[in-house]
Amino acid sequence: MSAFDQAEATPALELKDLRKSFGKSEIIRGVNLEVRAGERVAVIGPNGAGKSTLFNLISGRFQATSGEVLLHGERINGLKPFEINRKGLSRSFQITNIFPQLSVFENLRCSVLWSLGYKYTFLKFLVNLDDANAKAKELMEMIKLDKKRDVLAVNLTYAEQRALEIGITIGGGASVILLDEPTAGMSRSETTRFIALIKSVTEGKTLLTVEHDMGVVFGLADRIAVVVYGEVIAFDTPEAVRANARVQEAYLGSSVADAQAGGH
Amino acid sequence: MKPMNTGRIVVWGVFALVLLIAPQVFGSGLAITMLSQMGIAIIACLSYNMLLGQGGMLSFGHAVYTGLGSYMAIHALNVVGQGSLPIPVSTVPLVGGVAGMGFAVLFGYVTTRKAGNTFAMITLGMAELVFAMSLMFSDFFGGEAGVSSNRVVGQPFMGITFASAIQVYYLIALYTFVAVALMFAFTGTPLGRMLNAVRDNPERVEFIGYNPQRVRYTAFIIAGFFAGISGGLAALNFEIVTAEVVGAGRSGAYLLFTFLGGATFFFGPIIGAVLMVLAFVLLSEFTKAWLLYLGLMFLFMVMFAPGGIASLIMMNVRIAKFGKLKGLLSTYAALAVTGLFGLFGVGALLEMVYHRQLNAALGSELHYLGATLDAANLDSWIAMAAVMFVGFGVFELVRRKFIKQWSHVQEHIETEIKRRESL
Repeated sequence: MSAFDQAEATPALELKDLRKSFGKSEIIRGVNLEVRAGERVAVIGPNGAGKSTLFNLISGRFQATSGEVLLHGERINGLKPFEINRKGLSRSFQITNIFPQLSVFENLRCSVLWSLGYKYTFLKFLVNLDDANAKAKELMEMIKLDKKRDVLAVNLTYAEQRALEIGITIGGGASVILLDEPTAGMSRSETTRFIALIKSVTEGKTLLTVEHDMGVVFGLADRIAVVVYGEVIAFDTPEAVRANARVQEAYLGSSVADAQAGGH
Repeated sequence: MKPMNTGRIVVWGVFALVLLIAPQVFGSGLAITMLSQMGIAIIACLSYNMLLGQGGMLSFGHAVYTGLGSYMAIHALNVVGQGSLPIPVSTVPLVGGVAGMGFAVLFGYVTTRKAGNTFAMITLGMAELVFAMSLMFSDFFGGEAGVSSNRVVGQPFMGITFASAIQVYYLIALYTFVAVALMFAFTGTPLGRMLNAVRDNPERVEFIGYNPQRVRYTAFIIAGFFAGISGGLAALNFEIVTAEVVGAGRSGAYLLFTFLGGATFFFGPIIGAVLMVLAFVLLSEFTKAWLLYLGLMFLFMVMFAPGGIASLIMMNVRIAKFGKLKGLLSTYAALAVTGLFGLFGVGALLEMVYHRQLNAALGSELHYLGATLDAANLDSWIAMAAVMFVGFGVFELVRRKFIKQWSHVQEHIETEIKRRESL
């Protein structure tokens, strides 16, 4: 597929003049964004810029005040989170959001059930669902928690819980993945390993991720969206964003220099 | 199904055997009545635990579904008696089940929209609503006298007429076994597991494709069905249904005894149900202060063993698996002896208070667990207070030693687990 065709194809995710107000304050102020299928996009911006709110709008956790969210060209805003998920968009959370009293394996198996068509059935036994069990096992190996199969999620270490969070997020086989600060609270070495994990498990998928570590951002992303005060002020390749004077002024400053010095 | 493991076959075999031979071992009329009530209570508490333990739904109105199941079943039994409903008496509990399910479809649609505190409040309101209706519509609820019936109707099936309590017991035992097996099976289904997920984190469930309201609602309907079966069996057993079966007291009992038995394990509510019948039938015979004792027991359970009796058992099973139970047994014995000693004193004081308040006309003497006390004599009070303080004093000393021992054992198990993991 040539670059021209790719640009012409329906974007995996498209935001059109998306706005969100809480009371009188407008948090998201007219965001336009087109994410191509298979692209890795990092969303960066200062604290309180509206990055998480943006994710909440896309995933259906919040309802937009106005504007549109299109998933593979289909309008999804107004739908419930589970309806959006069924259409192939899945997300993780900034604060670890797992099923604490279920084992690692059970957490992952729950995440695959809907996509395999088991829905609300109570006339089948989980032990007999070979496809679900195989998929959960495969996920467990992908996120390297196969040795913790029967450990309750609440008893995992923080990094393991973050990995489980990713596993649950990709379990349903969604083609568009939103990761909200997947490496938050991790040490540098953990972060490096974790980014490698994210890269491998989201292979071939469309990825949107909020990330603070600039080294990680420039290493991971095909394009970077810079969100400042509820607006996307730049959306371009890492090189172009790095060179963008407006971005430098508004947000990046020294952290770009750090990333350049450290990463190259 | 995958091949059942032997342990599971043994457990279910023992359960069936217990149901089968219990009336042979405890053969008195009272015992058989109690056994029947235990079966009924087991189904009710397990169905309640589908909501509480498995779904995280703290319902204050579960008696609505057992109670309305009872009413529908007893009306059905009366219709069978008039000859206009040609179903065998043994299927009348199913009428209760369908009724419980139907009311759960109706009321659950409202209650399960919300989780947590809101859910609890709505169930409370719903229970009050139904209880108020029971006083208003006396045609259906039978007013003060309730609705009575006669279960010896219709054609006898293989000579079974349900004229004797033992025949009713075996019918209840059969229903109990099947209902327990079905409810256990439910915990291993996709819906059963998603119900646990909804309990743990309803919000996350929404982002893996499931509607948590629908999960709760469906489980609520299933729980309503089993609650109704329990109610239907109760109607058949007592041949009378009064408005108290939908009352707040009944709902509260399901909650408290399910909790006491242990909501985090499947078998916990079974223990709770057995204790419920023992408390309501036996303890209430022994002492007027039984509700006070129950209240104290719950208080200490909630404070010191929030996982209920089942969790206490499972903790010790875990210790036994690591071969450390033997070292604790002597401490357990010491705890039991000193605790009982202290409780003996507390009980004596409470009984004397009750005696002075309620039975003063019968004189000041009372018999208490083989001792004769005089509620008007200061010596009795001082002696029993001394028993209580000495008992609990020594208990506290033993408890401190026990806690050290316990944490030592837990540490050992943790290191042992780590060692095995690293192999």
